[in-house]
Amino acid sequence: MTAPTDRRLDTVGQPHLQRRATDRQHETSHLRGDHALIAQWIRPGSRVLDLGCGDGGLLAHLRAARAVTGYGIELQIDKVVRCIERGVNVIQGDLDAGLADFDTGSFDYVIMSLTLQAVYFPARLLEEMLRVGREGIVAFPNFGHLNCRLQLAFGGHMPVSSALPETWYETDNIHLCTIRDFESLCHTLGIRILQRTVVNHQHRRSLGARLLPNLLGEVALYRFERKTDLGHPAAPSLHGDRP
Amino acid sequence: MVGPLSPDSVGLVEPRSFRHEQPLALDCGRELPGFDLKYETYGSLNAARSNAILVCHALSGDHHAAGWNAPDDKRPGWWDNCIGPGKPIDTDKFFVVACNNLGGCAGSTGPNSINPATGRLWGPDFPIVTVRDWVRSQALLADHLGIERFAAVAGGSLGGMQALQWTIEFPGRVRSALLIAAAPRLSAQNIAFNEVARKAIMSDPDFHEGRYAEQGVVPRRGLMLARMLGHITYLSDGLMRQKFGRELREGKLNFGFDVEFQIESYLRHQGETFVDRFDANTYLLMTKALDYFDPAAEYDGDLARALARAQARFLVVAFSSDWRFAPERSRELVKALHTGGSAVSYAAIDSPDGHDAFLLPNEHYFGVLRAFLNRVHAELEVAA
Repeated sequence: MTAPTDRRLDTVGQPHLQRRATDRQHETSHLRGDHALIAQWIRPGSRVLDLGCGDGGLLAHLRAARAVTGYGIELQIDKVVRCIERGVNVIQGDLDAGLADFDTGSFDYVIMSLTLQAVYFPARLLEEMLRVGREGIVAFPNFGHLNCRLQLAFGGHMPVSSALPETWYETDNIHLCTIRDFESLCHTLGIRILQRTVVNHQHRRSLGARLLPNLLGEVALYRFERKTDLGHPAAPSLHGDRP
Repeated sequence: MVGPLSPDSVGLVEPRSFRHEQPLALDCGRELPGFDLKYETYGSLNAARSNAILVCHALSGDHHAAGWNAPDDKRPGWWDNCIGPGKPIDTDKFFVVACNNLGGCAGSTGPNSINPATGRLWGPDFPIVTVRDWVRSQALLADHLGIERFAAVAGGSLGGMQALQWTIEFPGRVRSALLIAAAPRLSAQNIAFNEVARKAIMSDPDFHEGRYAEQGVVPRRGLMLARMLGHITYLSDGLMRQKFGRELREGKLNFGFDVEFQIESYLRHQGETFVDRFDANTYLLMTKALDYFDPAAEYDGDLARALARAQARFLVVAFSSDWRFAPERSRELVKALHTGGSAVSYAAIDSPDGHDAFLLPNEHYFGVLRAFLNRVHAELEVAA
């Protein structure tokens, strides 16, 4: 197990990849920051399941830029309509009901961006992600960020920030965690972290977030696999996004 | 037709008839020496003949899916709210074909047609037809209309089953399929309801083993009971409560067996009007076709394998309060489709309207249909 704040895992800025992503036609122009980062981790031609896929932006981009096939799962009907409009395969459903409709090992990647903190059973879902897919990718707002800590410690109220914009009584987030919490959960579940990127709320990397991710990172992104999965050893070099 | 035509209506339509002279071999082992299919079309076929949508009807539907057959019609076609200029199935973009199935009672060859071998009405001798037989006959109609490949095949309930069968039977002829309030096969409970309906018809003293027409009578009571039972299963408990509650017709209990509650009055009315337009033998045939439908049967019950040959892109839609074909049944379809490698989207529409929801306008439901078909249309343009 990698130490929770091991910087070796950090992906450093890759301007050439950023540029390549933004050069792609219209599907890319509105790509959400977290999606742009995740897209860099996806091998071309792979099969992807995107949990809480929203309006299908990531899948549409992956299809256009990386010839990826796959499905999104989304609960809200207006977002389902948006996915269908752009030709993204979407299955309306509630992640809290699990992924029982999907066969074991049917995807290369199962992605869950900015949704982990909003589900009832995050630990169970992480395990489901690695049953259904070979690798998992999650992004979540880091509750350990300095700003959160200050608001709780000195303001005495639940933090509100650009990464966590809603007040406590309006937010969908019910299972907020810190980078340290997430990594220790991965340890408990026997999950091997393959890559980590920690960024600010604009999804930019900074020296601070690299040096002190749990204190200065606002959004954390991870790519991971089952530790017991000996058939598929970690092969980050294949992804071409190492420094 | 009440008042002038609205701009989003397909307007006055003339049903047409397609005559197929060659024999058609049926799943039951018998063959029809030839047949007629009654159909209607809306919109126009483009030069590439690529913009056709086949709309398949459900149990008691027919070829009259949209518009009006006569200026004094009281009601338009059964899916008029969905088919027309600017509507979800947009006749400005698509050429829509709707036909009355074999065994029907609205002009296609069925129990009320003459059996050429005997010169008498077919009646109960009309062969049992299956969903696959219908699909094969529809394909002959498509040939006749010069449609090599449908942009979409769509249907609700039993219509959705036909659309599904199309993708298996003629994978190269279906670009996309819309399976609405459907199921990959009936449950034991569904079959049980059908059996009670059939028994109601067959035990009517006027049934005469299906030869009622020759006796100049109609098994009204049995057919009416069958329809009343069907109606209960098409509505949801919540909708019935909301529409009728326990409201009394005369405001007081009469302690008798006449109609007292509004729901009783509603069901009787539905049953009675149905008897005037539908044929008992057709009802028996259609419910049997429903019971028999099971595309996975030839693949050891493995639906994903049955669907692996499909090439269409799928849209599956279910309604939350539909307990006759519940959303779980649609999810079985979705699972089999993505396991089999098909592209599929699924929408679970929140609706109080039970199984009947697929016939009713609903913002989200129509939004989903529109989004899917707009995409289909956009891809036709690219392909052209």
